[in-house]
Amino acid sequence: METDTRTTLLDALRNDLGLTGTKKGCDHGQCGACTVLADGRRINSCLTLACMHDGEEIVTIEGLGAPGRLSALQRAFIHHDGFQCGYCTPGQICSASAMLGEIEAGWPSSVTADVAGRPDLTAQEVSERMSGNLCRCSAYPNIIEAILDVAKAKGS
Amino acid sequence: MNPFVYARASSLAEAARLGLDKGTFVAGGTNLLDLMKLEVVAPERLIDISRLDFGGIEERPDGGLRIGAMVRNSDLAADGLVRERYPVLAKALLAGASGQIRNMASTGGNLLQRTRCYYFYDTAMPCNKRAPGSGCQAIGGINRSHAIFGGSEHCIATHPSDMAVALRALDAAVEIERDDGARRVVELESFYRLPKDTPHIETVLEPGELITAVLLPPPAALRQAYRKVRDRASYAFALVSVAGIVRLEGGLIESAAFAFGGVAPQPWRDETFEHILMGNKPGPDLFARATDTLVMQAAPTKDNAFKVLLLQRTTQAVLSELTGV
Repeated sequence: METDTRTTLLDALRNDLGLTGTKKGCDHGQCGACTVLADGRRINSCLTLACMHDGEEIVTIEGLGAPGRLSALQRAFIHHDGFQCGYCTPGQICSASAMLGEIEAGWPSSVTADVAGRPDLTAQEVSERMSGNLCRCSAYPNIIEAILDVAKAKGS
Repeated sequence: MNPFVYARASSLAEAARLGLDKGTFVAGGTNLLDLMKLEVVAPERLIDISRLDFGGIEERPDGGLRIGAMVRNSDLAADGLVRERYPVLAKALLAGASGQIRNMASTGGNLLQRTRCYYFYDTAMPCNKRAPGSGCQAIGGINRSHAIFGGSEHCIATHPSDMAVALRALDAAVEIERDDGARRVVELESFYRLPKDTPHIETVLEPGELITAVLLPPPAALRQAYRKVRDRASYAFALVSVAGIVRLEGGLIESAAFAFGGVAPQPWRDETFEHILMGNKPGPDLFARATDTLVMQAAPTKDNAFKVLLLQRTTQAVLSELTGV
């Protein structure tokens, strides 16, 4: 694709490629609605230029699941009523899917008691690790439950 | 956003050369892109250094670490050696930003991020950092988040990094490469410049110079802590933060290294404070005496006087945590 040097990864996805699942909230890295996976890592697509990601694999909510073949996290968000307006949801789910991988890899967080040890899978850990994703409807308790459900199913 | 030319550097030498020619380096981009969208900065030429090989996290012969400039904040915080020997650094990194931003932000870029002073961000306002000579609205304006140490009559903005506070307590140094390939190492202590009458010049970096790594000496002690006080529990900049490293010997504090964030234009350190602690038995009286000295030179403004007491109490809490007293 060809695009202006100024085009953010977010705008390239939405405007150039028509993948509107990724949402533009604040456009300044504060809300997390634009979260996508770049080579498997969660990032804010609004805070980076499309041209800086030439050759990388970008996965958006469209790549995680679709009607008829929802991902486990998508099903859990529906089951636990993890949204109201739904605008933050694609970012929440992209963020959560990578975040679970970070816990699996043993990455600590600022609420992990022993930074050199393995983190526990608790609501407090999930809440801290998801702090880059805001939900103005404040569905946080259900979002955390949905994520914990999927994490526990993965772990068992 | 203003138009700019984008170039991806294929080598360090090319990056430095392009940097000399009105180039602005972009690594993680998390702060720079934000500033460009708001037109607080408007680079003519953006030099992408994110794919250059600056090296990873490597042990040095002296037992210290070399951290390549492009090591992402999340990878640095998750590194086994860092978590074991430099927990204060892992904790400081994890106290900053969000999971997404830590995945993007680089070690070099974290050191060079700009202040979050609201007047710096608001292009309708004068700001000596953004537009030299235009004045400072924070002095006499809304200055709750601003510095109580190290400010000048031209600027009282704080440095926002958590990582740099831990690095200052760890006696880190910055490895810098020039366009001719020559390298120099600058102690973090001398890397930042106080605002004085040139608040727009924040570091000793010369045009075309590039941070290639951060160097850590072997840890002085393993009793390390980082405590950050902020307006919400996560994803907010520090009002006050404290990085502390203490070694106890025979019930006495043998060595103490403390750096403070959210209170100055650069990670703040106070030798007099550390000397009061050293050689003495830890306890509330000693902690009170030391933290009284720590704030003696504080120059709070209209809205941030609370930081003086907050800094004392946070420091006392860290001292207590580190010494078990």
